[in-house]
Amino acid sequence: MNDIVIKLIDIHKSFGNQKVLDGINLEIEIGKTTVIIGKSGGGKSVLLKHIIGLLKPDKGEIWIDGVEITKLKERDLNDVRKKFGMLFQEAALFDSMDVFDNVAFPLREHTRMTEAEIKGIVEDRLKQVGLLNVAEKIPSELSGGMRKRVGLARALSLDPAIILFDEPTSALDPIISLTILDLIKETRTYLKKTYLVISHDILGMFRIADKVAMLSNGRIIEYGTPLEIRQSTNDATMEFLRATKIPGFAGGDL
Amino acid sequence: MDNSLIRKIFTPGIDFLKETGNIGLFFIQSIHMCFRKPFKFNYILKQMEFIGVNSVAVVVISGGFIGMVLALQSYHGFRRFGSEGLVGITVALSMTRELGPILTGLMVAGRAGSAMAAELGTMRVTEQIDALTVMALSPIKYLVVPRVIASFLMLPILTIVSDFVGIVGGYLVGVKLLGINEGAFINKIVKYLNVEDIYNGLVKAAFFGIILSVISCYKGFYTKGGAEGVGRSTTEAVVFSSLIILISDYVLTSLMF
Repeated sequence: MNDIVIKLIDIHKSFGNQKVLDGINLEIEIGKTTVIIGKSGGGKSVLLKHIIGLLKPDKGEIWIDGVEITKLKERDLNDVRKKFGMLFQEAALFDSMDVFDNVAFPLREHTRMTEAEIKGIVEDRLKQVGLLNVAEKIPSELSGGMRKRVGLARALSLDPAIILFDEPTSALDPIISLTILDLIKETRTYLKKTYLVISHDILGMFRIADKVAMLSNGRIIEYGTPLEIRQSTNDATMEFLRATKIPGFAGGDL
Repeated sequence: MDNSLIRKIFTPGIDFLKETGNIGLFFIQSIHMCFRKPFKFNYILKQMEFIGVNSVAVVVISGGFIGMVLALQSYHGFRRFGSEGLVGITVALSMTRELGPILTGLMVAGRAGSAMAAELGTMRVTEQIDALTVMALSPIKYLVVPRVIASFLMLPILTIVSDFVGIVGGYLVGVKLLGINEGAFINKIVKYLNVEDIYNGLVKAAFFGIILSVISCYKGFYTKGGAEGVGRSTTEAVVFSSLIILISDYVLTSLMF
């Protein structure tokens, strides 16, 4: 039981008449990379926003590290949020600051470190994502892939226990995508954190996932290791896997 | 009567009330955050520079020309009664009590209010505001509070500049161009212009500062729908804050003077 860090129980959410989440149940294990795969516009981002407390469910419970967050006040919610780092879809870097200040920002606001200590950590993080040379640039001077790497450095800066990724490879060319995925895999290997990724990029995600959850019509229809998912006989899952157009990918054992 | 017809008639009114209520709540939240630590003085100073210092040119030009045209117009009026000496005090009273604050309010709403809405709107649609929340930091504290405080402090200062430049403009046109007696022009101002006239104008200006910053930040903060949404928010911010400034000007004036 102790190895479950995020637990969703029967989460429902509607926007107007549109039902987006229809009874989500999911348990995310500590220290693993869990990927939630589903169609675009299928509620993946909405689910992620529930976990970080940006949205409240109409019904259901969200447990983060033993705390139920749906009824928490903003101040208590902020204590829970400090356990998280998040890489946004478009990186969401503050464009009024340069790269260094972006990565240093959470440290300056949440810790009492000296500028020298902060400098050490920021340079460390930028080195991890291979971007120490752009520290003085502003975000608008960077390419999409570089921005995401800086976003990852910022998400890692406070050394959080859980890191959330919102479509880490969307809008990137295949080679840069691969770089980002390798970076995710690499940082996960030596940082030993819990990674939760949402994406519709099936192939990319199977490279990094320990566990895969399939989201369809507002429900988790399948949850297991990548191999288990590929061998699934569920129609919706198979349809999604066949969309890769790789012979034998669905049901395969490679 | 058809149900949809009733809805059509009342919906705009209800929407307006909802919006006003939401802005009120947003304002209360901002005030609440003003007094919560940590205080972001460097953010406030930065905004004071943007809202105040960078608006000086606009305020000087608009205030100066309004003072000049005021002298010109009132000169033609007063000449019919042979009382051109009253031009000075007319310009001074109009500037300090009314035109200084309102002109400054409208100019800053157009220049800085639009920028606030556009900047916050862009931050909203590119998830930068969400990023602050996820970092367990209050976006209102970091983005809204500094702008409201800076506007509240800078509008009265800009109004002093506008008042002064306006009266100087009036002096140049009245005395140097139209040949009004210099002594009469200045003496009437010294004799009849009260500190209260200036002071009440500054109070109004501070109010306008709060109004334009809260409305502009609100519009930017709750932007929806990408680039188009940012454009819409910016327009609405300027139009809405200008209208509310003009309406509240009447209310405040009738209460104060």
